[in-house]
Amino acid sequence: MANIPGELKYSKEHEWVKVDGGRAVIGITDYAQDSLGDIVFVELPNVGDTFEAGDTLGVVESVKAASDIYTPLSGKVVEINRELEDSPEVINEDPYEKGWMVVLELSDPSQVENLLSKEEYEQFLEENA
Amino acid sequence: MNERLIFELSRPGRQGVMPPKNDVPKKDVRSLLPSDMLREDEPQLPEVSELDTVRHYTRLSRMNYGVDVGFYPLGSCTMKYNPKVCEDAANLPGFTRIHPYQPEETVQGALELMYDTQQYLAEITGMDAVSLQPAAGAHGELTGLLIIKAYLKHKGEKRTKVIVPDSAHGTNPATAALTGFKVVEVKSDQRGNVDIEALKEAVDEETAALMLTNPNTLGLFEENIVQIAEIVHNAGGLLYYDGANMNAIMGITSPGNMGFDVVHLNLHKTFSTPHGGGGPGSGPVGVKAELEPFLPSPVVVKENDVYRLDYHRPLSIGKVRSFYASFGVIVKAYTYLISQGGCGLKSVSEHAVLNANYLMHRLAGHLNIPYDRRCMHEFVCNPRGLKEKGVRTLDLAKRMLDYGYHPPTVYFPLIVEEVMMVEPTETESKETLDKFADSVIEILKEAAEDPEKILTAPHDTPVGRLDEVNAARKPVLRYIK
Repeated sequence: MANIPGELKYSKEHEWVKVDGGRAVIGITDYAQDSLGDIVFVELPNVGDTFEAGDTLGVVESVKAASDIYTPLSGKVVEINRELEDSPEVINEDPYEKGWMVVLELSDPSQVENLLSKEEYEQFLEENA
Repeated sequence: MNERLIFELSRPGRQGVMPPKNDVPKKDVRSLLPSDMLREDEPQLPEVSELDTVRHYTRLSRMNYGVDVGFYPLGSCTMKYNPKVCEDAANLPGFTRIHPYQPEETVQGALELMYDTQQYLAEITGMDAVSLQPAAGAHGELTGLLIIKAYLKHKGEKRTKVIVPDSAHGTNPATAALTGFKVVEVKSDQRGNVDIEALKEAVDEETAALMLTNPNTLGLFEENIVQIAEIVHNAGGLLYYDGANMNAIMGITSPGNMGFDVVHLNLHKTFSTPHGGGGPGSGPVGVKAELEPFLPSPVVVKENDVYRLDYHRPLSIGKVRSFYASFGVIVKAYTYLISQGGCGLKSVSEHAVLNANYLMHRLAGHLNIPYDRRCMHEFVCNPRGLKEKGVRTLDLAKRMLDYGYHPPTVYFPLIVEEVMMVEPTETESKETLDKFADSVIEILKEAAEDPEKILTAPHDTPVGRLDEVNAARKPVLRYIK
């Protein structure tokens, strides 16, 4: 069973979000990293790029496939995890901590309400996996 | 593997060829080439005898696996069986000894062959005109979208979006992005079709085109294709047909019938020409009459029984490839077309679909078939209840190597978990399909009873499980002593 921490929010595209005031840290879930298999390359946006909710934020490439990462929230990129460029395997090893991808400054914090709770994401996985 | 690299076979001073004595004045290479073009170190060329070299490469070639050696359920998606008569035709001296700069009146036969191929492919796809120029499938896609872009520009329309379903080949969104369009993805529904409601929501006055493969990459026919075409056309967009799965429908229906405006074909898929190391590929593009002026130049035309290359095409997107496309490949496809004939091509598709359905039914009790529908020329499936044992689709694929098969496509399309996509093609006999099905069933049994055997497979190949992760993360692309 995939690890789903209770303090985070989730999207149906298997991203996790940690909201802290007007900012949000985004990464991919344990379920996502496990489905993708060994990740070999990560493409992240540039600091300063702005995105609308649902836009493609970046790409993760595993030995199986290349998959888009979508941002579930609108905002401006204020920080990216540069460590992933050289060590993409961190996402496999520690998806919720060291494997974070970007920090967004939210343009519409009310969008957070559309995200799934741990229980809702768990149920979504059960129904769809 | 006990075969060493040719560099490792090298011994100082050993030689395979004896060059003749130099009979031209000797000059310092530095006086002939600019300094930034000169290397500073000696090249690390292997020093080996002729016999050692011959043995090395012959041994390597015997480790090769291809459709001439055994069953290969990657199907037409990669390459079908290539009938040998097509090679014979392409080797005729009348084709091999002509030169692209020869005057048109001296190559009428070659031009006639190209013209007829254009006509045949137009007939098969239900299009009005065809260009043979694109060098392969993805290049055909690029050409097709450039044609759409030029057409829209000519009409004074500003449309910026290209819609692709989530089951699409990865090249579709890549092509749309490269052509400067914004890619919009639409979901598939529970039956594996394009979700009509999602499509309606995505289509608007900004929509340039929808790119669709039919049957789609799940091996399923888009049941609502007429409605899909209507939705896109009503919004003023065009329909682009990715011809990767054309092998399923030849002579039964056509992209033109379904409402498509532009199509690319892969001669190396549907029309049995070689691919990969034996290629090159070839990706002709067909269009409806309205888009014909935008085809790349030249197009072969026929006037009063004389064939010529038409370069005077003011609205054309221009040249997309040097000279006249992969001519030798076109000769092979032409040979395939006329040796099959119309009825033969229809029966190719019928048998391709029959073979896939037969194999799907043989495996249905053993593997999960996520879409409970009749399939077209290929089907998707995934293993049941093996995840708990740590066995994944990749492991099953590796074990198939021990049974003497090249495994089917794995982990594509992306929308089915742990997927395997099986395409047997029309040329396989019932005995071959049965033997393959029996092997898969046996492998699934092993996976349930003795997972270790599967997890450490392959056991009988020249090399065992390769380190794919390291190969992707830290590829070693050249030999360094």
